[in-house]
Amino acid sequence: MEAAVFILSLVDCCALIFLSVYFIITLSDLECDYINARACCSKLNKWVIPEMVGQCLSTMLMLVSTHWFVFLLNLPVAAWNIYRYVKVPMGNMGVFDPTEIHNRGQLKSHMKEAMIKLGYHLLCFFIYLYSMILALIND
Amino acid sequence: MSTAGFNSQNGTGTGQTYANGPSQNPVAPQQLPGVGYGMAHQPTYNPMQAKAPPPPAHPGLYPSGPYQPVTPVCSYQPGPPHTSYPAASGQSLLTRPLMGGPPSRTPPQSASPGPRVPAAHATPPPPAVSSSGYYTNPQHPMAPAWQYNAAPQPMGPPATISTPPRGPVAGHVNPASSSTGPPPSTAYSPAPPPPPHVSHNVTQPPGPGMSRSPQHGYTQPGTAPPPMTPMAPHAYQPNRAPYGPPPTGPPPPTMKPAPLPIGLPMATNATPPPPRADAQCGGAVNSTLPPAEHDCPEGDIECPGTVAGNGPPAAPSGYNHVDNQTGVPPPQPGTPGLHLGHYPSLPPGYQNTGYQNASAPHNATSPMHPAMQHATQPYTQAPPPYQQPHGGPGPAQLSPSLAAMSLQSTTPEALRVVNLLQERNLLPPTPIPAPTPCLQQDLQKINCHPEVFRSTLTSIPQTQSLLNKAKMPLGLLLHPFKDLSLPVVTSSTIVRCRSCRTYINPFVSFLDQRRWKCNLCFRVNDVPEEFMYNPVSRSYGEPHKRPEVQNATIEFIAPSEYMLRPPQPAVYLFILDVSHNAVETGYLTVFCQSLLDNINALPGDSRTKVGFITFDSTIHFYNLQEGLSQPQMLIVSDIEDIFLPTPDSLLVNLNECKELVQDLLKSLPTLFEKTMETQSALGSALQAAYKLLLPTGGRMSIFQTQLPNLGVGTLQSREDPNQRAAAKDVQHLSPATDFYKKLALDCSGQQVAVDLFLLSSQYCDLASLGCISRYSAGSVYYYPSYHHQHTPAQVECFQKDLKRYLTRKIGFEAVMRIRCTKGLSIHTFHGNFFVRSTDLLSLPNVNPDAGFAVQMSIEENLDDMQVVSFQAALLYTSSKGERRIRVHTLCLPVVNSLSDIFAGADVQAITGLLACMAVDRSATASLSDARDAMTNAAIDSLTSYRQSVLTIQQPGLLAPACLRLFPLFILALLKQKAFRTGTSTRLDDRLFAMCQLKYQPLVYAMLMIHPALYRVDDLSDEGALNISERTVPQPRVLQLSVEKLSREAAFLMDAGTVMYLWIGRNCHPNFLTQVLGVPSYATVPDNLYLLPELDTPESQRTRAFVGWLRDQRPFFPSLQVIRDESQLKPTFMQNMIEDRTESALSYYEFLLHLQQQISK
Repeated sequence: MEAAVFILSLVDCCALIFLSVYFIITLSDLECDYINARACCSKLNKWVIPEMVGQCLSTMLMLVSTHWFVFLLNLPVAAWNIYRYVKVPMGNMGVFDPTEIHNRGQLKSHMKEAMIKLGYHLLCFFIYLYSMILALIND
Repeated sequence: MSTAGFNSQNGTGTGQTYANGPSQNPVAPQQLPGVGYGMAHQPTYNPMQAKAPPPPAHPGLYPSGPYQPVTPVCSYQPGPPHTSYPAASGQSLLTRPLMGGPPSRTPPQSASPGPRVPAAHATPPPPAVSSSGYYTNPQHPMAPAWQYNAAPQPMGPPATISTPPRGPVAGHVNPASSSTGPPPSTAYSPAPPPPPHVSHNVTQPPGPGMSRSPQHGYTQPGTAPPPMTPMAPHAYQPNRAPYGPPPTGPPPPTMKPAPLPIGLPMATNATPPPPRADAQCGGAVNSTLPPAEHDCPEGDIECPGTVAGNGPPAAPSGYNHVDNQTGVPPPQPGTPGLHLGHYPSLPPGYQNTGYQNASAPHNATSPMHPAMQHATQPYTQAPPPYQQPHGGPGPAQLSPSLAAMSLQSTTPEALRVVNLLQERNLLPPTPIPAPTPCLQQDLQKINCHPEVFRSTLTSIPQTQSLLNKAKMPLGLLLHPFKDLSLPVVTSSTIVRCRSCRTYINPFVSFLDQRRWKCNLCFRVNDVPEEFMYNPVSRSYGEPHKRPEVQNATIEFIAPSEYMLRPPQPAVYLFILDVSHNAVETGYLTVFCQSLLDNINALPGDSRTKVGFITFDSTIHFYNLQEGLSQPQMLIVSDIEDIFLPTPDSLLVNLNECKELVQDLLKSLPTLFEKTMETQSALGSALQAAYKLLLPTGGRMSIFQTQLPNLGVGTLQSREDPNQRAAAKDVQHLSPATDFYKKLALDCSGQQVAVDLFLLSSQYCDLASLGCISRYSAGSVYYYPSYHHQHTPAQVECFQKDLKRYLTRKIGFEAVMRIRCTKGLSIHTFHGNFFVRSTDLLSLPNVNPDAGFAVQMSIEENLDDMQVVSFQAALLYTSSKGERRIRVHTLCLPVVNSLSDIFAGADVQAITGLLACMAVDRSATASLSDARDAMTNAAIDSLTSYRQSVLTIQQPGLLAPACLRLFPLFILALLKQKAFRTGTSTRLDDRLFAMCQLKYQPLVYAMLMIHPALYRVDDLSDEGALNISERTVPQPRVLQLSVEKLSREAAFLMDAGTVMYLWIGRNCHPNFLTQVLGVPSYATVPDNLYLLPELDTPESQRTRAFVGWLRDQRPFFPSLQVIRDESQLKPTFMQNMIEDRTESALSYYEFLLHLQQQISK
């Protein structure tokens, strides 16, 4: 059972890692002017909800399986994802707004956020991997 | 190849472009006094002339050594050492001179530029601060003395006037000169030594010179580019010569060498003296130049179209006026005048232009009260430049003598310490000029005009940490599509940097004849073969003399590589609200009449298309296809899924179907007279319009009178009238839906711009509706409570705005890219457009009334650089279907000390940029946040000044002279409609004010922020301007305080988009009868909005003054006469910024608040 939880988390984490990489690549494309802001934002906005769901899923999994440490590790990121989605102003076209993304260094902060998430997901990935192996051995 | 292109230009096109130049010759005589100045100009000119002259035998001359022919020049040539100048930019010392003939040529150019700069300085002086106060300054007595001395002397003669500012400059250069400030000028003319310049002149003489002038005007708007041209070659030479010699015995030697070799370090030293000359020249030149410009420039420039149509003409005239005063005939008289006028005339008025046209006149008119000038001088920030001629280098680099000089002068005027709590009359009596960057004279001379391209800090800090310490925003303010007369270049290859795609500009350096180094990314590029040929001079091997390298503002005719698709026709689609509410306002009649009147003036060519859509709860299309006997109305009631009934015949060729269009316009107002439909399906109408314009792009103009309440894009009323005066936070400043934003982005992608005319008495949710224009690069016009009978002032305003709107120049499918030197980057954009990538703005339409602002950050230290450059390139399709690129390049010095940064602060630009930032902040955070941020901006910068720059701590609120108006402007912003709290303000009014702050060019935005107050019951001809045979009185600008009002007088408040004429209760009956045409105060009608045309001198003066103010701006400010009992009185009183109101601090209290915060 425990192994199953971690395998699922591992898969979820892999998906989130790929998503982070995708965010980084798309944002840097925008930075380098390979795509325009509108295309970039509509691409990214599509993945904001899946990312949120993925993050919440692993958080819930940890909560349900009572792995408190990993749960607390996941919680802030999940909360942040929900917060930024809820906080989008009515007039904006999503978390990534093409008319705002070049203003006030938003592009940079999005980039930074994606990088941090990538690092975080990698960390989680190894924790899950370790826990999974441990669980498998214990079984 | 390209050369061919040029040739053609020379023959015809070029001529036009440069045409301005020709007129210059006439000027020359006038300039005599200022001749010295001319020198500076000449250099520029020469190149230009060279181009223009082609027809004359000159070409031949050139190769051989055109310069030599001119006797004076000969002396010059020997100078070849100057060769360094080839680098035009002067920055790098080039050693390519070998070429006997060519090198000599270049030097002259460099020399000329220098002079111009100073002129600019001279003009600005306005600050009214009590001169006495200045003098008294204990700390920097020396400096003031300098300036003053110089200033007074110059004052006498008009020409001199401009010089005064120079005075200080001279001081730097030659101590002696300073003492003999005035004499130098005279000396100059006599002093022929400078002959080198002369050589230039020689070139100029040919007709071509004329053509060049336009360029000059452009490049050195401030410095009086036109003057260059005007200067007859002869005149030039004399001028220059004066430079070196006259100043002071000792310095002269240095001086001479310096001027010529711009590139040389010496140049810096030398430069100072030239300034004076320039200034003078500038003035003279300007006046003269204008005429020249008229001839050709217009033709070349696209502007012509604009001019004709645009209201702008008036504005130009304003400029012209200025010129006139100078004594020179207005250059613009000709058709071109309008466009040209702006620029050319500017020279003297550099600052004038920068600020208000009015200022220019002052400068021009030496007549101005001497006192005024004095006051102004202190203001001028020119002084700082002197100290750091090089910008980057600083005193250390100056030659010893120079260094000594600078020491003497100590603090520049801009840094003079002002105790704001003690000095009350800080407001200059004339408009405030833009500060001049402290660049080498030659660079400054060709620098971009501050009205077009302006930086908040004219000295760029070396590092981000230094910028953070200064606590001032770093940003650029642009007005790129301003109506101008520009040099136009046609070339098959447009020379650009291969790595960063920067257009070649005057600030690049030529390593040798075959290679140039980009000033933005520092890559070394090859000079293409075609570029070696100079079409202006028809000579070969002088790439540095091409117009592209001589003008900081230039326009290219773009080859086909710059087109994504063939140029589309101009397409105008009008979308009219015809619901009951709309019919009630009666706007349809005015609109139809306006369009009928201006239908032939719509910019465009034979392919121009128009279309009309009206809507209420349904959408009505009009089939105007050729062959129909009358327009056919097609009604689509399915607004959920809108479709085009007959896609082909809704947009028709204006020329072919003009009669049908006219029929429609005549019948439209009556068509819906009895409608009872109250709903408005704006969203669907916009979708329909978008579909209609999809294939071609173009412009749609929406006329809306109520909240859209049917179908897509429906909005709810969000305003609670009871909360209008709430001191708490204002809600609903951001859009309620993303429908309009998405549609705007779709439009932007298809090259459609949407302009919104909102005529409404109720809440219309401008926050949401405005998005449609904001992201599609449109413009928003708002006429609150418009009614054809009840608000005649609004009606007049609407009519005039429509006329300007319909006829002004327009650019389609435009993009603007703003590049800056490596190490700097743009992080925020303000204005109406869509930012497509990091530095690319997508502008489906661009119009001459649009301003832009960007905020910058310093990403990498600018350690090794002395100057940085910014380039804004606007690529657009003209209404004639020509693809054009307009390039503006601004060059600014880099400094590494806080005091230098403060000395270069441009208080108006800072205020403008802060206003933009505050608008953003109030949308993303809250209004109170934005207000706090503005107050903190003032506190932080003054704190930083006190802690880091001031060496002696005194009590009081201390500010450098250049920032002494900063607290006042911040307070004005806090009391502006956009940001005020506690006063009843309708949400739409507030949002419209915010739109305007972001979208208007700085000059107009400043009037909105801090209106100008004049006393008008005692206008006199003293110091008046003479503009096209009209005398325009120049009353001084008063502080915005009730204290300045008097019951016995009448006052005019100019708030940009509206003017108030306040009549005191005991106003002199003479004024009432002679100007207002009423027998007594009690009989002044309540809704008087027109000054009766009475045949009395008082009436003429007043009308001339009001007309002159109006002429200076593209839109039409309505005039409202206010009595004590008027309903509008509170509106008027709210503009009394320095006074206390129920909810806001008075100026003095605000200062105390600042002081308290600073001393914490």
